[in-house]
Amino acid sequence: MTFDVRLRVNERVATIELAGELDASSAGRFHDTIDEAAAAGSIELVIRAEKLDYMSSAGLRSLVFARQKMGDDVRIAVVGAQEPVAHTIRLAGFDHSIDLIDA
Amino acid sequence: MSPRDLTEMRERVDAYPTHRIAGYRVRAGRPFPYGATPVPGGVNFSVYSDRATSMSLVLFERGAPEPAAELPFPAEFRTGSVYAMTVFGLDVENLEYGFRADGPFDPVSGDRFDARRVLSDPYARLVSGRDVWGREPDWNDVYPYRAQVVNDDFDWGDDTPLRIPTEDLVIYETHVRGFTRHPSSGVTAPGTYAGLREKIPYLKHLGVNCVELLPVFEFDELDNPRTNPVTGERLHNYWGYNTVSFFAPKAGYAATGRFGMQADEFKSLVKELHRAGIEVVLDVVFNHTAEGNEYGPTISFRGLDNATYYMLTPDGQYYNFSGTGNTVNCNHPVVRDFVLGCLRHWVAEYHIDGFRFDLAAILDRAPDGTPLPNPPLLEQLAYDPVLRHTKLIAEAWDAAGLYQVGHFPNYGRWSEWNGKYRDAVRRFVKGEPGVAGELATRMAGSPDLYWGRGAAASVNFVTAHDGFTLNDLVSYNDKHNEANGEGNTDGANDNYSWNCGEEGPSASPHVRDLRMRQMKNLMAILLTSQGVPMILAGDEVGRTQLGNNNTYCQDNELSWFDWGLVEANAELLEFTRGLIAFRHAHPVLRNTEHPRGIDSMGSGYPDVSWHGVRAWHPDWADHCRVVALMRCGRHAKGGVPDDHVYVAVNAHWEPHDMELPQLPDGQAWHLFADTGALMPYGMHPLGEEPLLEHPGRYHLGPHSAVILVGRPVPTTQATQATQKEMAP
Repeated sequence: MTFDVRLRVNERVATIELAGELDASSAGRFHDTIDEAAAAGSIELVIRAEKLDYMSSAGLRSLVFARQKMGDDVRIAVVGAQEPVAHTIRLAGFDHSIDLIDA
Repeated sequence: MSPRDLTEMRERVDAYPTHRIAGYRVRAGRPFPYGATPVPGGVNFSVYSDRATSMSLVLFERGAPEPAAELPFPAEFRTGSVYAMTVFGLDVENLEYGFRADGPFDPVSGDRFDARRVLSDPYARLVSGRDVWGREPDWNDVYPYRAQVVNDDFDWGDDTPLRIPTEDLVIYETHVRGFTRHPSSGVTAPGTYAGLREKIPYLKHLGVNCVELLPVFEFDELDNPRTNPVTGERLHNYWGYNTVSFFAPKAGYAATGRFGMQADEFKSLVKELHRAGIEVVLDVVFNHTAEGNEYGPTISFRGLDNATYYMLTPDGQYYNFSGTGNTVNCNHPVVRDFVLGCLRHWVAEYHIDGFRFDLAAILDRAPDGTPLPNPPLLEQLAYDPVLRHTKLIAEAWDAAGLYQVGHFPNYGRWSEWNGKYRDAVRRFVKGEPGVAGELATRMAGSPDLYWGRGAAASVNFVTAHDGFTLNDLVSYNDKHNEANGEGNTDGANDNYSWNCGEEGPSASPHVRDLRMRQMKNLMAILLTSQGVPMILAGDEVGRTQLGNNNTYCQDNELSWFDWGLVEANAELLEFTRGLIAFRHAHPVLRNTEHPRGIDSMGSGYPDVSWHGVRAWHPDWADHCRVVALMRCGRHAKGGVPDDHVYVAVNAHWEPHDMELPQLPDGQAWHLFADTGALMPYGMHPLGEEPLLEHPGRYHLGPHSAVILVGRPVPTTQATQATQKEMAP
């Protein structure tokens, strides 16, 4: 059960790279990182999910948290989510508040 | 004061445990709201029981067979009959909870406490246990329907309930699973909220602006002991009229139910339907619960406070006005709060636009079963601030003979499923004598039943989930419910159906043509009647249940919407679609006031006039099978000038030459639809209706209906159109 999260902010575009398994036990770290991205005044949040193996319901809820935290004006994109993760995001309707983008 | 100060202050007040119970940091909770509510640092749990002698909060890790902890409520955590506790430091994503109530087991006095049971929270916002439809559960689970804590963080954007005027609705009754479960649906997640969401373009194309969903409150689809006598397959509780948990959306209807995300998926469906201009009405079942009678399972209410939640006889037995074993004690003050709280929850949290109340007559019975003249629950619902703009629709009868169609206590707010409309239209169209007068009354919005309440009080329907489909109504004289495993004794016997000469599927072109015409006749009457039309999903494409009129247990192709019919029965689909568009385009069909038969607009015509084979001479004799009415466009809803609309229905087996009422100078009759005509789909495109060949007469075929529009026409255009009509 490994999880890794890294944040880069470049010209007000925040990029969060996720790796491993995002579940209830790791969602808190993801939230802290989103907080940092918001505090940096980002106008766009890119969540790179290519290396994310698994996302539980807690992880999916983190996308709602990100939307709330960043505000409506900030574009949020989830890039490269593996198909099971992307599929669940679409079924739950979260794809209406974030952009799902292939890698 | 800065936001930071406010946060700190809130933390000082709320997030301070005072006790430690079973290793958990807790403090006395707040009695309201009931259920589990996230609060800063923890979760507030609150539950009512008047007769319990002790109460514990039972916590499980998600899916674990045994509880992780049990936290007895100390005496000081009880206020009146409410036990409340805030528990800190819980991992809500991985938490399931219930209650254990102890107290007397004395059925005669109404008490049935059983401390061996873990009880589901009546106010649970999310319930696990039946997360994937039909999946075999662990039948020995000590806690089969597990309450969960929900996050209310859905992004609704600017969505709100749509508040479409009731009289403008075209309701489409459907079943979440049945709508897309069929392999032909082509959706990503068949049988789910997400699947239904994918079919919104179809609903928009059809033109309906309201979907009424069969029960979506959590129920147990496996709650049916019967098997199909022919195939041996398990039968289900498919329709879902057996609620387990009233505040929780059915998890098995969500593709994401296994992730516990059914609330999000359902909200997303509601939001997208609203975006498409389609309201959502829920079919709600407050008359009974899934606990059944004394032999049924103890899930929640029975173990928390049996005497409060159920109507009991003087010797403690369950009254059975619902026909399912128990009856919810709806006019008990505590239960009234429960029902009201539940409906508010669905409106506030899920943006639901309205409710249809199953066996609603039960809602006006007193705790001893007597019908009340002024039932407090119904009054409360009618005047509730949160429900102020919510549609309230009653199925105004119950299973114990209380039939209130036309006189359901309504407070100017309630509409009713008009069962008399259904029966009169069916009887007339099948050709029964002596129904012409009643048909006229029903098409006029049933003023005999709803005078003073407005025509929108009448939800008109010919078919609904309970009974024959439209296709079966014209294909079967008798029900064929053998697959239900009850020897064909279940389901209604009075169907007023006619098979058009052959029972069941027919290869005869004559029979098939007649059936198509009859289905179109029924749709034409329904969609040109005053009141609110409701269509059963699939009727627009001629869905069949092979004569089964009670498919409550059939989770299979008998019940599912076969999407292959969209192409195969395009004729009926396009006809229905055209009728819906016609209704939307003509406010004269959607008047809320009942016609008075007088000219209140100075148009020279009464609002509605009745005709027979001869204009202005309706024939109400028993043998008469022709009814024609004209609605004057100057009397249209809201004072918007509309066309005149003439509708004639011939249920006779002979054709009739109808003399048409004369229109004002400069206007002429145009043909919109004729169910017996050979033109494509039996109708002309809206706004392109051609002039009639003969301005004052129309040849109406046997078992046919015609819809004409009367509107101004320039002389030159009239000449051209007449020539076109007459061309070979």
